[in-house]
This record gives sequence, structure tokens and C-alpha cells, in this order.
Amino acid sequence: MAGSGKLHLRLDSDPLLIVQDLVVQYKVNRKSFVSAVAGISFDVLRGETLAIVGESGCGKSTLGKAIMQLPRPLGGTVVLDGVDITALDGNDLRDVRPKVQMIFQDAISSLDPRLQVKNIIDEPLKVWKKGTAAERSIKVDNLLNSVGLDPVVVRDRRPYEFSGGQCQRISIARAIALDPVLLVCDEPVSALDVSIQAQILNLLQDMKEKLGLTLIFISHDLAVVKAVSTRVLVMYLGKICEVATPDDLYAHPAHHYSRALIAAVPIPDPEVGVDKIRVTGEPPSPVNPPSGCRFRTRCESASQRCATEEPQLQEVGLGHFVACHHPVTN
Amino acid sequence: MNQLLKLSDFSVSFTTPRGDLHAVRGVDLSVAKGESIGIVGESGSGKTVLSRATMGLMPSTATCTGSVEFNGVPLSDLSHAEVRNYWGTGMAMIFQDPLTSLNPVRRIGSQLMEGLIVRLGMSKDQARARSVELLERVRIPDPYAAMKKYPGELSGGMRQRIVIAIAIACTPELLFADEPTTALDVTVQAQVLELLAELRQEFNMTMILVTHDLGVVAGQTDRVVVMYAGEIVEAAATKDLFANMKMPYTEALMKSIPRLDQSSGQRLRVITGRLPDPTTPEPGCSFAPRCEYATDKCRAEKPPLVTTQTGHQYRCFFPIGGSL
Ligand SMILES: Nc1ncnc2c1ncn2[C@@H]1O[C@H](COP(=O)(O)OP(=O)(O)OP(=O)(O)O)[C@@H](O)[C@H]1O
Ligand SMILES: Nc1ncnc2c1ncn2[C@@H]1O[C@H](COP(=O)(O)OP(=O)(O)OP(=O)(O)O)[C@@H](O)[C@H]1O
Ligand code: SF4
Ligand code: SF4
Ligand SMILES: [Mg+2]
Ligand SMILES: [Mg+2]
Repeated sequence: MAGSGKLHLRLDSDPLLIVQDLVVQYKVNRKSFVSAVAGISFDVLRGETLAIVGESGCGKSTLGKAIMQLPRPLGGTVVLDGVDITALDGNDLRDVRPKVQMIFQDAISSLDPRLQVKNIIDEPLKVWKKGTAAERSIKVDNLLNSVGLDPVVVRDRRPYEFSGGQCQRISIARAIALDPVLLVCDEPVSALDVSIQAQILNLLQDMKEKLGLTLIFISHDLAVVKAVSTRVLVMYLGKICEVATPDDLYAHPAHHYSRALIAAVPIPDPEVGVDKIRVTGEPPSPVNPPSGCRFRTRCESASQRCATEEPQLQEVGLGHFVACHHPVTN
Repeated sequence: MNQLLKLSDFSVSFTTPRGDLHAVRGVDLSVAKGESIGIVGESGSGKTVLSRATMGLMPSTATCTGSVEFNGVPLSDLSHAEVRNYWGTGMAMIFQDPLTSLNPVRRIGSQLMEGLIVRLGMSKDQARARSVELLERVRIPDPYAAMKKYPGELSGGMRQRIVIAIAIACTPELLFADEPTTALDVTVQAQVLELLAELRQEFNMTMILVTHDLGVVAGQTDRVVVMYAGEIVEAAATKDLFANMKMPYTEALMKSIPRLDQSSGQRLRVITGRLPDPTTPEPGCSFAPRCEYATDKCRAEKPPLVTTQTGHQYRCFFPIGGSL
């Protein structure tokens, strides 16, 4: 496996969220399963922005949804504000739900095409009985304004009349309607052009400061991750490879996968050639993941040990952890 | 160069309860065979509507005017059924939202094989073999297993790659790629872009790439078109555009890209304000309300699209670096 271990947890700093040994499986057919999240532990401090990056299909969305208990993880614990929500059901679980909200990856299809925008955003407020219809209507307008949409122009329109980026903003407005303490953003800006992207990111940043919001930020855009996050978690095939601050990670990636990932960022300058460090080889099947380190089939530095022994997270610098037997040195 | 697509004074508007919404306004665009064009611009500026309308994929509330010529054939004069004949082999599109363009209750395999059987006349076995090969090329792990899955059982980026595989299945002459790699991490993105570049080389495929990733634009396109409020406001060879942009809007767009060489935790720059309401177009330059160089002239009069000797086009009275 790419890596396990809990050395990177900061349990004495009273994290808002502590996830331990989380396992989520999907059924493939009668005999086999995919462990999309294969024993992951991490924590998020209050006010922190934890970014999660990793190869497409490595389990990031699954991890985000499992925190929301959508669906319930197969194993492990999710402790939010001191309460293990994996142990709650019925009304108790219902009561904590508004505290954690998620902006889903497919913004357009996650909006009900039959509803007008005002009703889409009002829905959670109505369900959770937040104020009278008039108060809610003001709140809806404020929310639309805060995501850069003009309420007068958009209130009565329906999702299919909007561009991809506009839909993304509507889903952000809906997610923040209930003033959550933890917001899980799954690719919240990937459908947005750079200018709106910056507006949304600044907006999330402001809400963090104003509302004491804590963010989990799933993204493929490493430059965005650098700008917004305080800690980055790199995943590969259901496991954690590396945990570090963005500055440490980008300057000194210690895991071989992280290094290739960072080298592949396209440069916005046509005079600069493309970097050729690539993740080569076939992506392994998640049903039969490689033994030992899950990245070994594509790693140039793989040794015998990588095939037999799963690397555990070890500290390579202050607050910088890597699950690799032969970390990159530079 | 041989011209493949020509849009002349092409406009698209939607009938809405609040009046006509002008999504694309008077676009003139010529695309040569084998060329790769990037379209950039703010969210809502009309990039998707322009691409979809060119392919004839518009709802009944839309009105298109002007002309679309494909390989010399005026598509705008053809019936819908006749335009459909061009889909797949003539023009294909990688849709922006993978989930809504895939059928949730049909397996990936059958969705991929359909075009190969209907458009290319392959047998089922041929189509199956070719589909597996396509899945491999878009880097889907376990392609045989993926053929049997439903879209909901794949990750966001895997779905996006399925949509790419479907679009390139019949090796179209012209590929519209609408934000094709937004759901992909940079390593898979690099592989997918390489695949598209290979197809361009191998089959002289023409590509119109809609993206907000200027890094992708820089690496993948020959020419860039900048759209604002439904209009082309700047167009130039990619190197020329990056080296010497003329439009204040393009400059503002560039400055708001987060960059890896920026230090962390910094506030991102934004273009303040928002796009004008598309139902009530501005009398003057559509960017004037947000432009730091705007004068009274800009607010009263519409700047024409100027073409320089080098083919650089811009729509601005006071271009950066002066007029050429
Ligand atoms: N079916 C429709 N009915 C009415 N208006 C529409 C429809 N489709 C798009 N529009 C409007 O047309 C304008 C252009 O939309 P378009 O989808 O082309 O934007 P875009 O440039 O692709 O943006 P993004 O980067 O967010 O995808 C927007 O104002 C949008 O609200
Ligand atoms: N509902 C489902 N049923 C079966 N398998 C699933 C389901 N959802 C996800 N998977 C599988 O779980 C794995 C992880 O998927 P997930 O969506 O978590 O990836 P991701 O890291 O979010 O990827 P991306 O960056 O492409 O969005 C993939 O192999 C995917 O095929
Ligand atoms: S060196 Fe070994 S443990 Fe480290 S990433 Fe490569 S295969 Fe994995
Ligand atoms: S015409 Fe005037 S308002 Fe428009 S972009 Fe140029 S300077 Fe700005
Ligand atoms: Mg995902
Ligand atoms: Mg679009």
C-alpha cells in the first residue's frame, strides 16, 4: 500500500475533525470489492484548510463523502467536534448534518433542473426551518450576491439556463446557506475561469475568517491549492503518500508520486517547454492493488522491500510526513 | 492553409421571460484544417454556447443567425437531420459536464460502442475491441471491467475520460473540447493532452479547445481567442498573445491566474465587478464598467474589432502598448 500510519495526527491540538482508519469499499461484482479508501487517517484543525490532491480515481471524492456519512464507511471513525459521527444514527445524525456541508464535484448535475435558483438555495433553509419566508428570501439574495451572482437576474431562472461556472456558484451558495462549521469542497473551482475562481476562493477565505469555517479542499489545481491551503494531503490509490505544508511539498516533495505530480503542472507560458517527468506505466487496478507500496509498479526507485512491506508515514521535516521507504532527497 | 470551419457574423440568443438573452454576438472565426484554437474567457462569456451552436446542438429556445460553413458546406442552411450526419466523424464534442452527457442507466461499453457501430459500421466485436483500446488510451485502469460499469460507478475524472473516449472514437475532423481536463489531475491531464496532440498529428485533426487553464492554452494551441460577453475581444497566435496582449480584459484575466511560483496564503487577484446582464447589452465597450482604462468614449461607442498586420485582433480603443 502507498502508506498507513498516524504519526501525522495532532491529537493534542484539539482538531475539529479526526478521521482514523477510514475504509470505504464499493462492490464490483459478487466476488470482488474496491477499497476506494483503504485505511486513511488524518485530522483538520479549526480554521485550517486541508487540501487533498491525488490521481484521478484515487478516492478523494469517496473520502469526502465518507466524512459526510454518504454512504457510511465500512470501517474507521470520524470524530467531529469531539463526537464520533460514525456511531450516531437517526435524529442524532440528522442534528449534526448541517454542520458539515459538501460542494459536490458535478455541480451542474447536482442541481435539480426543475427548480428555480431561489428555491434551490432556499431548500436547505426551509428544511432546517431557518426563519420566515421573508427572512429566508433576504438570506437567499445575500447568498447569491456573496457568490457574485445578481439576485435580480438569476433568482427565477433554472439551472440549465446557466453556464457551468454559474452553476458551480449556485451550488456554493447552497452549501454555505446553513453556516456549516466544516465545508468539504470537491473541485469547487475546476469548472470556473480564473477570474471567478479567484473570486470564489477569496470568498471562501473570507467566510473562513468571518464564520470560523474550516475547509477540506479537494482539487487538481496545484497552484490553487498552494494559494488557499495550510496543509496538503497527497493520496494515491486509496492511501496517503505524503502530508506537508504546500510550501514544503512543492519545494521538496518527498514521495515519488508527489514529485511527478508537481512536475506535471502546465506552465502558462508558450515559450517554456513541457516538463517530461511523467508518471509512466499503466494505472493499477484498484481491485487488485499492488502489494507493499501501491505506487511501486510505476516508481523508478522501487526496491524489493517496496513490494513486500507497506511504508508507514514517517517525519522527514517539521510537519512533513511521507510514506515511502526511499524518500526523494534533494 | 485549407479552411475547415468558417463562422460569419454568428450570433445566438435565447428567448427568456426577461427578454432575449444574447449569448453569442457577431462572431467571425475561421479555423484552418489541423489548427488548434484555444477559447478563453470568463464564466458565462458564451464559449459553450458558441461551440454547441456551431454543431447544431441548441434547444428550441435558441435562435442562431449568421452562417456556419464546414468544409465549404453551409451548415446553417441544412436541416437538423442533415447536420446530424456530420456528428461523430465530421465534428464531435467533449462536453463540459461529463455526468449529464453520459446516460446514467447504460453501461460505459454500450455508450462507447454505439458511435462505432452506427457511424463507422463496425461489427459488435470490432467495436468492443476498439472501445477497450480507447479506454486504454485515456488511461482508464482495468478497461475490460470499466466497459461493464455504469457512469455512477466511476470517479469524476474517469467519467470525463469516458466522454473524451466517446468523442474521439470516430476520429472526427473537428473536435470541440469544452473544458476537457478540468476533472483530471495534472499527470493524467498531461497524458490526455498528449493523446489529443497525437490525434492531431496522426489524423490532422482540428481542435477547438475551451479552457480556463492558461497553462493548457500555452502548451496546446496555435491561436487563442478571448471571449467577453458573447463577443470575440482579442485573437492572436498563442505566442503573440502571451507576449503582447492588447486587451485590458485579457491582461486582467492573466493576472488573476494563481501561479505555482507565487507564495502561499496570498489573496488572489480578481477582476472586480461582473459580466454585463446578457439581456441588456452595453451601448459602448462591454468591458467598460470594469475596465481601469475606460473613458467616456468607451462607454458611448462600441470599439470595432481591429486586425493588425500580424493578424492580431482586438476590440479596444486604447489597447495596451498603443495601437499598431
Ligand atoms: N439554454 C439556455 N437558456 C438560456 N440561457 C442560456 C442557456 N445556455 C446558456 N445560457 C446563457 O448564455 C450565456 C453563455 O453561457 P455559456 O454556457 O456559453 O458560458 P461559458 O462561457 O461556457 O461559461 P463557463 O466557463 O462557465 O462554462 C450565459 O449567460 C448563460 O446563462
Ligand atoms: N458508486 C460507486 N460504485 C462503484 N465504484 C465506485 C463508485 N464511486 C467511485 N467508485 C470507484 O472508487 C474509486 C475512487 O473514486 P473517487 O470518485 O473517490 O475518486 P476521486 O479521487 O474523487 O477521482 P477524481 O479525481 O477523478 O474525481 C474509483 O476506482 C471509482 O471507480
Ligand atoms: S520508493 Fe518504494 S515506497 Fe517509495 S514510492 Fe517508490 S515504491 Fe513506494
Ligand atoms: S475600449 Fe475602453 S473600456 Fe473597452 S477595454 Fe478598451 S479601454 Fe477598456
Ligand atoms: Mg472526485
Ligand atoms: Mg462552458
